[in-house]
Amino acid sequence: MRPETTPLPVPLLREITTLLAKDFRLEWRQKSALGGLLLYVGSTVFVCFLSFSLRGGQPPAPAWNALFWVILLFAAINAVAKGFMQESPGQRLYYYTLVRPQAVILAKMLYNALLLVAVALLGLFLYTVFLGNPIQDTPLFLANLLLGAVGFATTLTLVSGIAAKAGGNGATLMAILGFPVMVPMLLLLIKVSKNALDGLDRSVSDQSLLTLLALNLLVGALSYVLFPYLWRG
Amino acid sequence: MNSARIIGSVLGVLFTVLGVWGGQRLIEQRSSGWLWKAATAVLLIGASVAGVLVSVPALPIVNESIRNLFFHVPMWFSMLMVLMVSVWYSIRYLRNPSERLDVLAHESAKTGIVLGMLGLATGSLWARFTWGAWWTPDPRLNGAAVAMLIYGAYLVLRGSFRDEQQRARVSAIYNIFAFAAVVPLLFILPRLSGPSLHPGQTGNPGFNQYDLDDTMRKVFYPAVIGWILFAFWLTQVSSRFAFLQLKHDEN
Repeated sequence: MRPETTPLPVPLLREITTLLAKDFRLEWRQKSALGGLLLYVGSTVFVCFLSFSLRGGQPPAPAWNALFWVILLFAAINAVAKGFMQESPGQRLYYYTLVRPQAVILAKMLYNALLLVAVALLGLFLYTVFLGNPIQDTPLFLANLLLGAVGFATTLTLVSGIAAKAGGNGATLMAILGFPVMVPMLLLLIKVSKNALDGLDRSVSDQSLLTLLALNLLVGALSYVLFPYLWRG
Repeated sequence: MNSARIIGSVLGVLFTVLGVWGGQRLIEQRSSGWLWKAATAVLLIGASVAGVLVSVPALPIVNESIRNLFFHVPMWFSMLMVLMVSVWYSIRYLRNPSERLDVLAHESAKTGIVLGMLGLATGSLWARFTWGAWWTPDPRLNGAAVAMLIYGAYLVLRGSFRDEQQRARVSAIYNIFAFAAVVPLLFILPRLSGPSLHPGQTGNPGFNQYDLDDTMRKVFYPAVIGWILFAFWLTQVSSRFAFLQLKHDEN
């Protein structure tokens, strides 16, 4: 005996890919937002370069590390913030009638993750060009960077949804809500990234990487479960 | 040794589940509940007096400041318990929305914040006389401070809504999300980050040594139960006040 529910003809995966394609198309049409983000990363890196060149050349590794993650953090908040906020309530209602809320959050997380991975890689490239590259264990650093970008995306997507609901000063609220929640992840990321900079043995970072992965999964699963409630309003 | 640890964890989980379940019963209680309130008063006052007077092992560095174990640690335990109650109310709210559950979740979280502040204050005072500084960049301390920031953000979030139903729903979601971030901050990261000055970890004569001391145990456990019951009592009073205010506003 199957419970009688209205059948959903479209599989979840189709909904996700459609939404993802929509997000990319929107991004491409409004190039100003994307351009703003790139300019943001570029100009902060350049400001770092200018201020460090006053003391002649490259920053010490710990400063390099700290600045890199601060730049990424702020870029991530800027990038993710516009996701839900640029959609009007009417638009949201329209999506609500068309797709499952799970598809919306998964597509948004996936889109933000891809966007942030691109931003992180671009940031690393610019950073290397301007401020040098003291990384000794590049594969570990890149793996950590990927985990970080995906983690930022999963955490901030739900937070941006919450902040968008509050209306008004969404961006400020997003920083207030998002920063403390991201601290556990950020601490682990900075630690692993420091290990990669110093070229420490991989076994030192094992546990932290696993914890990062577990945190990502936890936050993703929680967003998946909680988002439908957020959306119902 | 190993089986003792397993039994200890099972007991801990049982205690937590019982605490969350019983906490809700006590907070929502309609009768006066003088019995458990009297017991709370006796436990709290008794444990505080005994905490000051009882003889403690004379350990280097900590000396008499070891007595903070009877105050600081129970505060954190009760904070966690009441925050878990708050999360449970939020979950219940999402499944079955009502104004009542929202008020209860909010008031429990507020009690948790007060106890967390007390825990930070007693810890900071202790650190001043044991480590020589009010605050050190220790993973445990930073985790606790960030946990407080998260709950501060919860209050800010509640303040930024005009529509009450929306506020209730969104803050319930954030409450659950925030607690999931607090757990790694307080329990996982400090264990991963290696050496720490904070007792119960490495370095410093740890609390594990004190726990073996039987007189201290006899004061510590009653203090924990007393503080947890006190947290429920506080929540009960503040939520009753909030309900009265709601009723008053309606008329």
